[in-house]
Amino acid sequence: MSGTDSSTPIVRVRDLTKDFHVTRGRGGPPAVLRAVNRISFDIKPGTTLGLVGESGSGKSTTGRLLVGLIPASSGEISLFGETITGRDGRQPLARVRSKLQFVFQDPHGSLNPRMRVGDCIAEPIDVAGGWSRKDRADRVSELLETVGLPRAVAERFPHEFSGGQRQRIGIARALALRPDLVICDEPVSALDVSMQAQIINLLLDLQDRLGLSYLFIAHDLAVVRSIATDVAVMYAGALVEQAPKTVLYSAPKHPYTKALLEAVPRPDPDRVRSPALGGEVPSILNPPPGCAFAARCPNAMDMCRSERPATRTTGEGHVVACHLY
Amino acid sequence: MASPELKAPMLEVDDLTVRFRTDDGWMTAVDRVSLSVGDGEALGIVGESGSGKSVTALSILRLHAAPTTRMPTGRILYGGRDLLTLPTRQMRAIRGGEIAMIFQDPMSSLNPVLTIADQIGESLRLHQGVNQATARKRAIELLELVRIPDAARRVDEYPHRLSGGMRQRVMIAIAIACRPKLLIADEPTTALDVTIQAQILDLLRDLQTELGMSVILITHDMGVIAEFARRVMVMYAGRVVETSPVGELFRRPVHPYTEGLLEAIPKLDVDVRRLPAIPGSIPDPTAVIPGCRYSPRCPQVQDTCRREAPPLLPAGPEREARCPPRVAAMMAAAEGVS
Repeated sequence: MSGTDSSTPIVRVRDLTKDFHVTRGRGGPPAVLRAVNRISFDIKPGTTLGLVGESGSGKSTTGRLLVGLIPASSGEISLFGETITGRDGRQPLARVRSKLQFVFQDPHGSLNPRMRVGDCIAEPIDVAGGWSRKDRADRVSELLETVGLPRAVAERFPHEFSGGQRQRIGIARALALRPDLVICDEPVSALDVSMQAQIINLLLDLQDRLGLSYLFIAHDLAVVRSIATDVAVMYAGALVEQAPKTVLYSAPKHPYTKALLEAVPRPDPDRVRSPALGGEVPSILNPPPGCAFAARCPNAMDMCRSERPATRTTGEGHVVACHLY
Repeated sequence: MASPELKAPMLEVDDLTVRFRTDDGWMTAVDRVSLSVGDGEALGIVGESGSGKSVTALSILRLHAAPTTRMPTGRILYGGRDLLTLPTRQMRAIRGGEIAMIFQDPMSSLNPVLTIADQIGESLRLHQGVNQATARKRAIELLELVRIPDAARRVDEYPHRLSGGMRQRVMIAIAIACRPKLLIADEPTTALDVTIQAQILDLLRDLQTELGMSVILITHDMGVIAEFARRVMVMYAGRVVETSPVGELFRRPVHPYTEGLLEAIPKLDVDVRRLPAIPGSIPDPTAVIPGCRYSPRCPQVQDTCRREAPPLLPAGPEREARCPPRVAAMMAAAEGVS
């Protein structure tokens, strides 16, 4: 198996692009929807990349591309040193698949209501095959304990649990085959505040104990701050800025990152927020040339509307795609 | 006439209790809630799932399906009348006219087969009896008021052509069409992206000033509360646990639940790896919890908390909290200072 020491990234993504071909209306003209537009990033073992963006930014599509749920249009994804994109990608993907897992946003929709909790959790084990009944049962008990649920829960049904408990069940299922990389797609967005903190703390504990790497997808920069090692910000399919966590929050460079940080309501009644950024996220159907953020950007220049900004490295691990830098 | 300070609030909810029928019997969704809203005031109601915040709001407009709801008890006083006992016809005149409401999900609150003009016009024709042409003209003015660009063209479009943020603006336009005295906004920005949320909050605040409305804003988000509300009511499991002016609530929360909620919020401005989470889960609404409903999760729980249902106690100017031990400690500390 491919060894991963701490220097080689567990995930390596280069110029990844995903186009969806759509038609507008019945028999309408075909159009290309570029959901992910030439993005690149790495995830090192045992670290968390927080991938942040609003609706239509391409963050969830990126997560799905990474686990091979949908094929890439162009660009390269390497997982554990194996390239899973391109014509020869299927076999390497099959080899690494058991090391990847997914935790979904909606803990209500992602558990089969007719299956007992124990069977839900054991589903990856059953798909992989080759486990004895006893090993399977032992593993389920062990997993429940790992996520802080009593063993007896295995005999009950998902509807008997609250959102937070269901998300624990979803995490237990993701851990069943001892993955190295877990893609968490907005795992706390559907939960109440008092439950969110519990789940974030659980994910942090699991990372410390099991050495997991996470791609943590969120629409919220606040949630990401407590869990991420590095943060990448996406806008309309493009990765506009990426930096180690402390740098991104203390010295954001891209005007969109700054606007996103400013827009979050803080629990501080004395704070005066600057007026909201105008406009809306542009359509990613036949996108305009230039920077996707240009139409809303307070610092936009002429070239921003005509030329797509290149990604520049401005500091240790800090990259930004903006003509200002 | 009474002096302005002694004037009765525009809306006063007194001892409201709402029960629903479930498979496991009757459950109390709202348990003896009292609140008041002054003219032009912004009241925030904050709570998590099952706190009763939305049910309280729906009860003000009597928007519950009858078969599963036992008639709410208590009083909802508005303009000298009790809305709970008002005849249906009079209630209809108030609903959407004097008191309007906007909901969380602008996608499903708009009718997909009617144009924006039809939907804004409906409320104007119903409450003000204006004709179609006038209604359309007013609809365009209202779209401009909620800052929708190109209003004259947008007014003839169907909801699916609009983004989530634009749909919420249309919902707000419908709500303010008849110049309501009170706007109830139930999680108006929860389904929106954060930059769009900021736009809608700015809009609501501007409209409140321009139109002189009172607003009840219901949310689970303490950040939204801090930005918008002047006075805050915190609810937990169907009960009010604390009411306070907004500044005091964030500076010195009295109830341990308020405190826990504030600590559990992910912090954007400081590096905190592990958040102090509130242990346990939100109680099942049909569960019977003796004493204080927060006691099973409370880090400061005492024996009496598990036995006796705590009353809402005065805890300073314009403040009340449902936690006798904390209120006593706070009062003792205040005595010590003075």
